[in-house]
Amino acid sequence: MADKTFTLRIITPERLFFEGEAEMVEFNTTEGEIGVYPGHIPLTVIVKPGILRIHEKEGVRIAALHSGFAEILPEGISVLAEVVEWPDEIDEKRANEALTRAQDRLKVKTENLDIARAETALQRAIARINVLK
Amino acid sequence: MASMRDIKRRKSSIQGTQQITKAMKLVSTVKLQRARANAEKSQNYFDSMYRTVNSILARVGHIEHRYLTPATSQRKAVVVITSNRGLAGGYNSNVVKLVTKNDDFKKEDLDIYAIGNKGRDALSRYGYTIKEDLPDVIELPSYAEASALAARLLESYEAGEIGEIYLAYTFFKNTVSHEPRLMKLLPVEVEPEAESEAQAVMNFEPEDIEALDMIIPKYISSLIYGGLMEAVASENGARMQAMDNATSNAEEMIDKLSLQYNRARQGSITQELTEIIAGAEAIS
Repeated sequence: MADKTFTLRIITPERLFFEGEAEMVEFNTTEGEIGVYPGHIPLTVIVKPGILRIHEKEGVRIAALHSGFAEILPEGISVLAEVVEWPDEIDEKRANEALTRAQDRLKVKTENLDIARAETALQRAIARINVLK
Repeated sequence: MASMRDIKRRKSSIQGTQQITKAMKLVSTVKLQRARANAEKSQNYFDSMYRTVNSILARVGHIEHRYLTPATSQRKAVVVITSNRGLAGGYNSNVVKLVTKNDDFKKEDLDIYAIGNKGRDALSRYGYTIKEDLPDVIELPSYAEASALAARLLESYEAGEIGEIYLAYTFFKNTVSHEPRLMKLLPVEVEPEAESEAQAVMNFEPEDIEALDMIIPKYISSLIYGGLMEAVASENGARMQAMDNATSNAEEMIDKLSLQYNRARQGSITQELTEIIAGAEAIS
């Protein structure tokens, strides 16, 4: 299995984040975490905040992938990401602050709380912190 | 004939103007290069986005979906992207004309989301409703702002306040040619040719309709962001051209005035000479 590779392209509106050969890619989707090997059936999934693991021949690279969607084809994956960051681009202090802020907001249940938004913020903060670990 | 002093004054004033237009041309050339590089970098994303959305729509066919079927409201929203500064030739007025000269648009039924001061000023003068005024967005276009605007537009669309959403911007063909364009954002229309060439069957997780709910807002944001990038590049391209024309016009005027000045100088010398000669003859 591991000798086969496929093309992974991660594109954001501002830049081409990653383009290269990978043996396996893992990330989080609305339906749960998935790992994709070459030869996958065509599938479009929606990305949820989480860790992106790119298994290359030389090793594993990780990044925080926050939102967007992925188009999986047998010969490659295109991830159209709105926000994605390498570990060295993440501000740890800000991520920790965001985490406590989101937790507080979920704890104190005020009336017009946007739960979905607070949860996404929480997930994003967790993804960032996990990537740094 | 104007006096030598008048001509000289006029010439130096034009020279001053020429220096300004020359400097502005240089500035917009540099800005254009940067804007163009940015636009190219983001191009990839929009191409993929457009392809994906089209293939999804081609696959799901004509389903009942709030983003695909025409809404009941008569009101239309137009996002008008212009610049904050003038001196860019016809750049701003061409975009404004897309809205004012369009027969499908009725003034009373339009909500204008103005990005850029120039478009806002012109349209409010014509009596259009300016729903939102976002002059800062064009200064430093960011994806976050584009998607925030898209979210607000979708909210009004879902609330039934508006039935259609358009984007008026300038497409950057190349450095010398820019094309004002009006694009329909919602309801999304599938291009007939894309439908026929739909390739391998695509699966969705979650289901088609849910996936569309999540992908279409991203699609709209990316179109608005793409429009912004193109508009910034076009603005600087247009200004560069306008300033180039202004500089060469000034050059022409200076040449003409130099000629006039020299002629006037020659005339005054000749006159003085004749006066001296006449004076000398009178004495002898």
